Amino acid sequence: MDFLRNAIVEIGLWIEGLLINAGLAEPAADVIMTVVGAFVVGFTPLMIVVFLIWMYRKVSARIGGRMGPNSSGTWAGPWGLVQPIADVIKMFTKEDIRPQGIDVIPYNLAPIIIVVAAVMIWAVMPFGPGAEMVGADLNIGIFYVLAFSSAALIAFLMAGWSSNNKYAVVGAFRAVAQLLGYEIPQLLSILIVVMVVSSFVGPQGNPLSLQSIVEAQEGMIFLVVLPLPALVFWLASLAEINARPFELLEAESELVAGVQIEYSAMKWGMFYVGEFMGSVAVSALFATIFLGGWRGPWVDTAPVLGTVWFLLKILFMLNVWTFFQMTLPRLRIDQMLAFNWKFLVPLSLFAICVIGVVNKLIPEGATSWLRSGILLATNVVILLLAWAVLAIGKRRRELRAPAGAGVEVGA
Amino acid sequence: MTQLVLFVIFGAITLAAAIAVVTARNLFHAVLWLLLAFFGVAGLYVLLEAPFFAAAQLFIYMGAIGVLIIYALMLTRGVMRQQVPLVNDQWALVAVLAVALLAVLSWLFLQHTWPTVDQAVGPDSLRTLGEALVDPGRYGFPFEVASVLLVMALIGAVTIVRER
Repeated sequence: MDFLRNAIVEIGLWIEGLLINAGLAEPAADVIMTVVGAFVVGFTPLMIVVFLIWMYRKVSARIGGRMGPNSSGTWAGPWGLVQPIADVIKMFTKEDIRPQGIDVIPYNLAPIIIVVAAVMIWAVMPFGPGAEMVGADLNIGIFYVLAFSSAALIAFLMAGWSSNNKYAVVGAFRAVAQLLGYEIPQLLSILIVVMVVSSFVGPQGNPLSLQSIVEAQEGMIFLVVLPLPALVFWLASLAEINARPFELLEAESELVAGVQIEYSAMKWGMFYVGEFMGSVAVSALFATIFLGGWRGPWVDTAPVLGTVWFLLKILFMLNVWTFFQMTLPRLRIDQMLAFNWKFLVPLSLFAICVIGVVNKLIPEGATSWLRSGILLATNVVILLLAWAVLAIGKRRRELRAPAGAGVEVGA
Repeated sequence: MTQLVLFVIFGAITLAAAIAVVTARNLFHAVLWLLLAFFGVAGLYVLLEAPFFAAAQLFIYMGAIGVLIIYALMLTRGVMRQQVPLVNDQWALVAVLAVALLAVLSWLFLQHTWPTVDQAVGPDSLRTLGEALVDPGRYGFPFEVASVLLVMALIGAVTIVRER
């Protein structure tokens, strides 16, 4: 029964016991278990991604009124489940075309950096309650994730510049404009959550650690308490992972494929996997920060259920991402920049001031329900204010525009 | 022991990358080496049990300053050439200044008695740092002055590029 309660920790302890029985000293066994744990945390996302890509293709095909991967032509397993594995094998066996005039080392390094940065993020994700279920519960937690997500930017620049292709360079320029800009609202929205966390878990907790962000959502998930930061975070993250409607980095009709234009075979595959893992990581971050991470029914009695809830929440957010990806058109580059600098950044700066003051004004002894309610009300008021400002601006533009001229869309 | 090995590794990475920055003949490669040097310094911060500084090093130096340098480089004409001359006609004067700077730094380094602390860094080092930064009696004022400086730089940049 104990085994069922927390299977993953029990398996770890069992293997360590085996190693010690085989004659290993305990420190050596500890080191081996740490290495094994690092491999598990690093490789599980890479392996799961193969299945997630199948899910993405299936769901996006259904949205487009198609069948998606299936066995109608060649056999590809039930519902086309084996299709991604065939794709991976195809990718490995394709010829690696190396264009002329490339800068060899940065060109080959860029796809590696993308995948490594995407894998590193999983080290601090809490997969369940307790310290054993986090790769490393760093005291900087969420800041670590943000630091590594900026490595993708360097990789895009390296790839764009070293490919000796003008479309790739334009893609890299756009990557910098978009990724650097949207980092700001993303960071500010997380900062709002971090400010609030310490009021929920008390002064002892570490508000930057993802585990204590999950613990702070004991009464109510943060999506309900702080809907405004959740919205800002999700939109900014969509831009960070180059998803529609912010898919300007590889806008097919303008840039052919953006920075990855000269990549083929497995290096292209690494770009694809790296970007897809970026969306999985954003889904996992959203699930952790705003949907309560591993929280769910019966987690107290069976902690292993926490991992299941966490994965289900990631799947849900991935499908939300797929819906965005399949149903929204692409913005123009000026709209993308204006939406960030004229709407998301001021909104999140305003929200950070108001929510910070309101959260401090609530007395220390207030129940978490009261606190959640007041914060929710504050969020709704700020959202209504933002909507009112947008509506007034739109009215003014319409009045100013000459009759018959198209009204400029965008925030 | 592990600490020492890691320190030597990260120190070697930082030094080698820094030397490569000044000897690289391709400007773009020089920036990439500089990024590697930043990364090595981040590793040293981790060894000093200052993970916040390590992440800030990655986030600010690699993510922002490195990108800014690459951007500035791409706007220059020199980056179009594969090989750039490493020195100009002022190299003799610069060499004298560099040696003088090295001499002053080495003298300071050898003459100063470096304080050491017996106890390890506490688990709440980040909280201590945060509280020190907003405490008016400690670093509150310099912290605010630094933010005013940054805001001034921001406003200045906007003023320069604004169309009139």
